[in-house]
Amino acid sequence: MSYKANFRIWRGEGGEGKLEDFVVEVNEGEVVLDVIHRLQATQTPDLAVRWNCKAGKCGSCSMEINGRPKLGCMTRMSTFTEDETITVTPMRAFPVIKDLVTDVSFNYQKAREIPSFTPPDNVQPGEYRMQQIDVERSQEFRKCIECFMCNNVCHVIRDHEENKAAFAGPRFLMRIAELDMHPYDVADRKDSAQEEHGLGYCNIPKCCTEVCPEHIKITDNALIPMKERVVDRKYDPLVWLGNKIFKRSSSTGSKTG
Amino acid sequence: MTQTTAGRPTSEPSQRKQRAQIKARTLRTDRWWLAPAITFAALASFLVYGLWAIFDKSYFVEPYIAPFSSPCLATSCPEGARFLGLAPFGDWWTLPPGILILGLPAGFRMTCYYYRKGYYRAFWLSPPACAVAEPHKKYTGETRLPLIIQNIHRYFFYGAILIAAVLTWDAVLALRDAHGNWGHFGLGTAILWINVVLIWSYTLSCHSCRHITAGRLNHFSKHPVRYKMWTFVSKLNSRHMLLAWLSMYSVMLADLYVRLVAKGIINFPFA
Repeated sequence: MSYKANFRIWRGEGGEGKLEDFVVEVNEGEVVLDVIHRLQATQTPDLAVRWNCKAGKCGSCSMEINGRPKLGCMTRMSTFTEDETITVTPMRAFPVIKDLVTDVSFNYQKAREIPSFTPPDNVQPGEYRMQQIDVERSQEFRKCIECFMCNNVCHVIRDHEENKAAFAGPRFLMRIAELDMHPYDVADRKDSAQEEHGLGYCNIPKCCTEVCPEHIKITDNALIPMKERVVDRKYDPLVWLGNKIFKRSSSTGSKTG
Repeated sequence: MTQTTAGRPTSEPSQRKQRAQIKARTLRTDRWWLAPAITFAALASFLVYGLWAIFDKSYFVEPYIAPFSSPCLATSCPEGARFLGLAPFGDWWTLPPGILILGLPAGFRMTCYYYRKGYYRAFWLSPPACAVAEPHKKYTGETRLPLIIQNIHRYFFYGAILIAAVLTWDAVLALRDAHGNWGHFGLGTAILWINVVLIWSYTLSCHSCRHITAGRLNHFSKHPVRYKMWTFVSKLNSRHMLLAWLSMYSVMLADLYVRLVAKGIINFPFA
């Protein structure tokens, strides 16, 4: 069954722009991205939108639909009423290139700042032996499709652009947690998580978890465990004393357990 | 996300530095304000009740002691209310004895990862809801004083274990009647036991507890017992928010019930 839907879409370049109104046909079973494509085909051929897989797996069509970060390809039109005006804007935390397309290079920059997987010197490729229970925590984080909606919604940088230099955002703090939990990673990541990547900026509002299209429990399974690991290193005198007495992991050496 | 390499944007670099200039604080159309408003009301009502309860003197009636005033550690406590019959703080302490132990459960909940989410959103509006702009001009989070103190949460967890143990003991003593004979089971006993179960569930579902059991390890396979404990705590932890609210209200209701019995307002035979 078709109907005419009211869309309000942000259009502009380099930050300057405005919300423009459209009336567009919607058919049963369609998602917001389908409707935007129909707009391109019928009314606004120069409307810019980034997309790729249309299956919620490439993370390209991140946008804000009625003010909430969503994937355009995974937001069903049936979740709206027919008389509702649907507002679509680009992700707010990143600079706009054109219309709904944002420049997400901030995220690639942050990704490059994290040292890659660092195995021990005495283990050669092919010699890694890990049990499933040792790696399944990290595997949850590997589901990330890098839509960057978690970084977009995080108020630390969304509302305070000046924090971008000091804060890697939930996506990359999760990457640090993934590596820190890895049984064969020996790089020290606790101090750098706090001092260089801004873990302390996170005040646990859980918005990253709320918007994650892969339903990764970013806060509970990555950020809070990483905060606790930082506490072990920096703020817990008993753990410090235990490490001294029992000669467990040094501040720069291999990791516990 | 697939990074496009073909064709750089045609805009000037200075233009590309700009976010979409949207003045509205949020474009959300749902009732985003409802959850923080409910959290605000619920936490505020708990604080108001706690303030009243801590100064209320009707905290003990055989065989029940109100949870907010337990353990009772001063000479001013009635003899039957004293924890293990002891009064280590002597008679110099003249303020309500509940104040002596208030810091442990209050600190545990204040630094709890769930409550932090709740009150940062509801009281400090940082942020009030996801994708709703916060009103503050600057934000440094938990990187410096005073909020960096949140990192001592695990010490409050140790304290909360002690308090939960004391409340369990109180619930055991509630199985005696007013004359000290075992076998009593009044409504108060049931309320105290329900409260104790919820308090333990909330305490053990704590993120610090999860970390201590095995979260800090990288080789679960080398520590099978700790891994099992971690798995159990993780299951509880996924309901941490629910347990936080249930235990907060159970302790409040249990406390109120005992005080009402002590005041004689509730006085039916199986109270």
